[in-house]
Amino acid sequence: MSKESRLFLWQRISALVLAPLVLIHIAVILYAVQDGLSAEEILARTRGSLFWMGYYGLFVLAAGLHGAIGLRRIAAEWLGISGNRLDLSAILVAIVLIALGMRAVVAVTW
Amino acid sequence: MITMHFSLSQRRYRNQHLWWAFLLHRLSGLGLALFLPFHFYVLGSALEDAAALNAVLDWGESGIVKAAEAGLVLLLSVHLAGGLRLLALELLAWRTGHKTLAALAVGFAMFVALTFFMIGE
Repeated sequence: MSKESRLFLWQRISALVLAPLVLIHIAVILYAVQDGLSAEEILARTRGSLFWMGYYGLFVLAAGLHGAIGLRRIAAEWLGISGNRLDLSAILVAIVLIALGMRAVVAVTW
Repeated sequence: MITMHFSLSQRRYRNQHLWWAFLLHRLSGLGLALFLPFHFYVLGSALEDAAALNAVLDWGESGIVKAAEAGLVLLLSVHLAGGLRLLALELLAWRTGHKTLAALAVGFAMFVALTFFMIGE
């Protein structure tokens, strides 16, 4: 399979993973902000929870992958970037998104 | 980009319709991608302590931030609806009209639900 085909496929796979995760995320937010929102409330729910760690860990991976592949396409079509520069930029975006995301996951669930 | 061939009477309408769908999907994705690092960074501030996160949450109560949140809700709804439409188009044997309706329905429902939470608390 060519590189572009593989990226196309992973974009779809990450989208399929993200769709239910996003909907659950929204549902949780709706429930959580009912009586106002505080850090203590959020953290009481998520700290020390293996479930939330796994959930948000997966969320971050899927979002980082999906976002990086999407931005790569925009860079190629609208900025005219190509070749190694394009791929390296996309990898950098993925690394930054996933690193920041995992830092947040640890901050909130550890 | 895929080129599509329609009869003369259909061409202009169909092409513009689909092109706007593509553009909305791309721009909403771009907006979300730009927002996401900020979102992660704010949550990561909880690493220091709850007080740091509270400070940010209090800042989040301001009018401008609320407006920005509503904008993000719109971006998310649009991008998710458009994405589901694409997935249905590629994976299911549906008729075109149904797909557009489904995407609109999902997008509208999400926006309504999320707007409620933005307004009330």
